[in-house]
Amino acid sequence: MSDLSSYDAIVIGGGHNGLTNAAYLAKAGKKVLVLEQRHLVGGAAITEELRPGYQFTTFSYALSLLRPEIIQELDLVRHGFMPLLMRSHFAPMENGDYFLLGPDAGLNRREIARHSKADVDGMERFEHDTARVRQFIRPLFDSIPPNLFSDDPADAEKMAWLLKHLGTGDKKVIHDTVRLLTGSISDFCDDYLESDIIKATICSAACVGIKLGPMSPGSGMNWLYLSMGEHDGVGGSWSFHKGGNGGFTQVLARAATAYGAEIRLDSHVDHLITEKGEVKGVALRDGTEFRAQTVVSSLDPRRTFLEIADPRELPADLVETIQRFRFQGVASKVNFALDGLPEYPALSGRTDQYLGFINIAPTVEYMERAYDAAKYGGYSEHPYIDGCIQSLVDPDMAPPGKHVMSCFVMYTPYELKGSTWQAERENMADRVQATLQGFFPNFNDLVLQREVVSPDIIEARTGLSEGNIYAGEFFPHQMYFFRPAPGYSDYRTPIRGYYQCGSGTHPGGCVIGAPGRLASKEVLKDLSGAKP
Amino acid sequence: MMRTTPFHPRLAELSQTQMWGNWSGYLSAVRYDLSSKHEYFGVRNAAGFFDTSPLHKYWIRGRDAELFCSFVFARDVRTLKPGRAQYTIWCDDAGFIMEDGVLFRFSADEFMLTAAEPNFGFLTKLSSLYDVEIVDATEDYASLALQGPRSRDIFEVLTPDISVLRYFGFTETKIANTPVIISRTGFSGDLGYEVMIPTADALRVLDAILEAGHPHGIRPYGDEALGMTRIEAGLPLIGVEFNSSRYAWTAEDRFTPDELGLGWLLKGIEDDSRPFIGREAILRERVDGSSRWRTVGITVAWSDFYELFESRGHLAVPDELPVAWESMLYNANGTRIGYATSFMYSPILQCHIGIARVKPKYAEKGTDIYLEQTVNHEYINVRATVTTLPFYNPERKTA
Repeated sequence: MSDLSSYDAIVIGGGHNGLTNAAYLAKAGKKVLVLEQRHLVGGAAITEELRPGYQFTTFSYALSLLRPEIIQELDLVRHGFMPLLMRSHFAPMENGDYFLLGPDAGLNRREIARHSKADVDGMERFEHDTARVRQFIRPLFDSIPPNLFSDDPADAEKMAWLLKHLGTGDKKVIHDTVRLLTGSISDFCDDYLESDIIKATICSAACVGIKLGPMSPGSGMNWLYLSMGEHDGVGGSWSFHKGGNGGFTQVLARAATAYGAEIRLDSHVDHLITEKGEVKGVALRDGTEFRAQTVVSSLDPRRTFLEIADPRELPADLVETIQRFRFQGVASKVNFALDGLPEYPALSGRTDQYLGFINIAPTVEYMERAYDAAKYGGYSEHPYIDGCIQSLVDPDMAPPGKHVMSCFVMYTPYELKGSTWQAERENMADRVQATLQGFFPNFNDLVLQREVVSPDIIEARTGLSEGNIYAGEFFPHQMYFFRPAPGYSDYRTPIRGYYQCGSGTHPGGCVIGAPGRLASKEVLKDLSGAKP
Repeated sequence: MMRTTPFHPRLAELSQTQMWGNWSGYLSAVRYDLSSKHEYFGVRNAAGFFDTSPLHKYWIRGRDAELFCSFVFARDVRTLKPGRAQYTIWCDDAGFIMEDGVLFRFSADEFMLTAAEPNFGFLTKLSSLYDVEIVDATEDYASLALQGPRSRDIFEVLTPDISVLRYFGFTETKIANTPVIISRTGFSGDLGYEVMIPTADALRVLDAILEAGHPHGIRPYGDEALGMTRIEAGLPLIGVEFNSSRYAWTAEDRFTPDELGLGWLLKGIEDDSRPFIGREAILRERVDGSSRWRTVGITVAWSDFYELFESRGHLAVPDELPVAWESMLYNANGTRIGYATSFMYSPILQCHIGIARVKPKYAEKGTDIYLEQTVNHEYINVRATVTTLPFYNPERKTA
């Protein structure tokens, strides 16, 4: 070996889950090395100053489902953790009207009533019923899935707990859970609401990151997953982080380092080193080798099992499952540096509508048609855009009076029919900008700079296969017991000492930290000798 | 008719809620925004300002000013240099805390005290044996606190003099051609400043601050957000953590500096002979080890709070507004060992925190104790962990 440095554990990938995992392992006293391929940590949660004074959240742009335990257990506030809660949710409409929610429940009722009086209590029923579903499934979300296929008594015990939990559910709650897990968000909304803009606002949250439209069965599950966030203890609420999501991963890196983890940048892991089915270390692309009896991959399942590990050392059924695991990224980012704030004519002179998400999803049909294009290998003529002007909330993001706007764009499939992203990238961004110009008449005049991040770029820079932001599609057959493959949802792999902790494992993607945290528990359990 | 502070016309324009409370007979904002949480984040993330005009302000002037202050106030002012301020307390002869405030030293023989409650009579009466004059300047100055990481940037635009101000330093300078007093003090536990402005010029100076602050995200905050930041900062509040011993009805409502976690203000009293009110009792308490309480921080892990409610069929919905009552604390055997005086959900720590008084043997950091909560109309205890104060202490506060 060219480098005989030896560690208790090596974590491959310095994204937020890799850093979380490393911090927990280091906190437990292990000598940990994080190997990050790029010149900065963060993976898909980075902030880059692409223009002096303008901070771009290149990829992910919000703290969505971050588990509150992690903040406390890793003492993140000491290292600069600073969530910035979103104050509003703004949905412009094609007729110039809008739907704007703010922090006051009473005023929100009036805003809903402006669109439909029946939807005032309809919305409250919707929120109550879905909160009960969240309450019902949260214990599953926050714990390690039992291995359905194991004959280990510990797994049998966990299965018994799961069945018991399911058995205690209220009839309606269980039915609503199944309706959400298997049905479309659009159908679910129809049972409660009549106003299209209100339905569209809810449905838009179901369309983030998956190759499904709001009318597709399965979109309900994505909505449910993304509503599991509880920033500041409020179910379904999201926040920004000071300094963008890169600010958050810098906090994680400081915490991990403070616990003693070592982070090595520009260290692209090429492959795992194994002997007789056991991990011995990793080798970098430049040939450098590091030894450890434990290696944790925070990469997605394709890279973890088919690239870093030698698939010939793995069971054929696992390899086959991973080979057919769906990635098919459909999301892009178009980020803008702006000379000022967009003007929305119906709210002329006001800017308080921009203190959270700016949701360009004016009707349910608009989103479904945006999705239609992706089914046939095209990208949306009129894209669904989830925008935010973080500099309005966080003055550190842009020079005084100037702004940065992050636009998450759907649908832009990784594989284009008859073209390439190289050819289409700027055209796609033109459509995004034209869409924004359609709603904000001064938008084009404000644009100082534009960054276009299509799925191929997401893949190339972060390593996320096919640019899938969740490290693997959110389909029921790729979740829980089955994430990433039946029998491998407990973060272990068939190679002794080799673990997974990325978003391709339970519970899944978003800046959540749960995979990194839950995986560390299993690694530490094994290292303490509790289980081989 | 309630009175309004000199800033009120502008504050009323900035208020989306028109929700006002009563502070010493003045309208004082409960919150300006629809949600005080966003005001709180304004302070933590950018800059927020709070109208402190109703604070009582007293000049203490004269040849004996230092001698007088060193006798009245428990913290030694003799080492306080001109241009410096100190947080201080004053006690009764039994060593119980009466009140707290901030003492500014302008020169060898000139001080100013700011305090939440009226003390003119108290100070005047004590001053009769000294060559010292007490002047009530409360209505001469409007005052506001500008707190948060961008507060320095904002004041630097207006008056470069403040860039050299250290923590608890102050300076007499000008904003918008108006003489003002700016101190690096506050109640938020963050980088922050307080400014005193001659009443007649208050609005003009506020407008200059608002203009300079606009690109930095300046916003007003009210009493609710103030309460949140001061609990995170671990700062005791009169009327909540303690009451003036003078007005307490029972011994249970009186507290000594050591019991309130303010023993650090009395550094060195064992080694010198400075007479001050309460000295003998406080020294005796220390010799006898007779403190009844220790003031500590407590935290409830989010997972424990969640479990407390969700396992009983409720949704765990934390509220960041400090609760307005005391919550009892128990040991593992169910014996009462103290109570939380302040308790809230911290939006930045994302768990519940509290300021608590516990029997001394439970004061060690890391001790598990149990906090009484009401769930399903029943008292249920949830595990809490003793920790040190403050909860939130960014380096920039003193850097």
